[in-house]
Amino acid sequence: MTAFTRRSALSLAAGFAAAVIAIVHAPTQARADALADITSRGTLRVAVPQDFPPFGSVGADMTPQGYDIDVAALIAEKLGVELELTPVTSANRIPYLQTDKVDLVISSLGKNPDREKVIDFSVAYAPFFNGIFAPDDVAVAAIEDLKGHSVGVTRGSVEDLEISALVGDDVAMKRYEDNNGTISAFLSGQVDVIATGNVVAAAILARNPPKRPELKFLIKNSPCYIGLNKDQPELKAKIDEIVTAAKADGSLEAISQKWLGYGLPADL
Amino acid sequence: MSYTFDFSWIGAYLPVILKGLAVTVELTVVGGLLGVALGTACAWARALGPAWLKPVVAAYVEFVRNTPFLIQLFFVFFGLPSLGVRMSELEAANLAMVINLGAYGCEIIRAGIEATPRGQFEAGASLGMSRFETFRHVVLIPALQKIWPALSSQIVIVMLGSAAVSQIAAEDLTFAANFIQSRTFRAFEAYMLSTALYLVLAILLRQALRGIGWTLFPRRAAR
Repeated sequence: MTAFTRRSALSLAAGFAAAVIAIVHAPTQARADALADITSRGTLRVAVPQDFPPFGSVGADMTPQGYDIDVAALIAEKLGVELELTPVTSANRIPYLQTDKVDLVISSLGKNPDREKVIDFSVAYAPFFNGIFAPDDVAVAAIEDLKGHSVGVTRGSVEDLEISALVGDDVAMKRYEDNNGTISAFLSGQVDVIATGNVVAAAILARNPPKRPELKFLIKNSPCYIGLNKDQPELKAKIDEIVTAAKADGSLEAISQKWLGYGLPADL
Repeated sequence: MSYTFDFSWIGAYLPVILKGLAVTVELTVVGGLLGVALGTACAWARALGPAWLKPVVAAYVEFVRNTPFLIQLFFVFFGLPSLGVRMSELEAANLAMVINLGAYGCEIIRAGIEATPRGQFEAGASLGMSRFETFRHVVLIPALQKIWPALSSQIVIVMLGSAAVSQIAAEDLTFAANFIQSRTFRAFEAYMLSTALYLVLAILLRQALRGIGWTLFPRRAAR
């Protein structure tokens, strides 16, 4: 045997041994109890958004801030563990959960049947809806009241499609090319009423405008849920309990007021 | 790579397209007539008007010619309401187009006026005409005749520039194309159709302006 061949044989054997060890110690999907793991480890790992204010963004001091971060901090405090935040994007938040890089996904996650096949959801913790917003002095309580008003909306958005299907020609729909056009039209008084998402309305309210968009009625509701892995009944029960208690004692309401500028809807 | 064209949506969206055409034509006609009128008035002011008026008109013309039309449009539609002047998007679009064509038209028509030989003014004065009568009867029509091709081009440019009014939700032809695209997701077909319609409108407008030129202006004898 030449030195070369011996060296290559040794490295082959080492590689094989390493592979065996890796497979034996590979993290398996089925954990005994995630809640027990979190408590014993002393840390709660949460995936949060990094580029979607007001739910999650990076502040001037480069720390994450937002609705989702505050909720994660609340849950960690109630569990009595430290909080470890992992910034994620919409594309990788569920894979991070499935590969056990995080315990929970709190990232303005909506519930739909495709996602329900792979992960579990807690109870809703944040409102995410499209609705009709107008200043206090405009009285519209339902679709019928829109008659005679001008409704600003972003062309092609969910609210555009939903409202256009529901109203007739007696409602003047003004479709702007983007959210900024819709917001400018509302703030300059060119339209009485806008149909938009609560996130956009929160962005307007954050600028403390003279005309405040107040929610008049909902068009479509798709609240945010906390994502967790399947087959974790203890963790799910605990998270549901914490969120429900936070709704009852007003701490979730305070977070909503802070980041969205308005309180939780009654049916959350 | 191949792409299957699908124009089946035209029937369903015909009202939107026709409304868009009507709005674009209305904007062009109103903008063209009032814009040329404003341009003529400003050109007279700059070329033959009183000394105090010239800097005022010059400021207006330079401001409008050196800023984008879209910004002028946003200024009128989103900016003026802060000063209490609220108008609908069609009124704002018309106003912005008239102001825009007025400024460019002023410079074009002023070139025609200044190309009028001094003898014409002297001939008018010698017949006892006032300065205004001289302008109206002797100077204006030949001046317009000289610059008619340039003015027609500017009117067509302003018509094509009217596509910008879709940004303030005025329902013109571009808005119709964008609307169709957002409902059917057939971007290629929607914009093909609106491009073709703009092309037809532009050709018709040029022919119309040539016709106006033939009727209004005396024809020169062949050299």
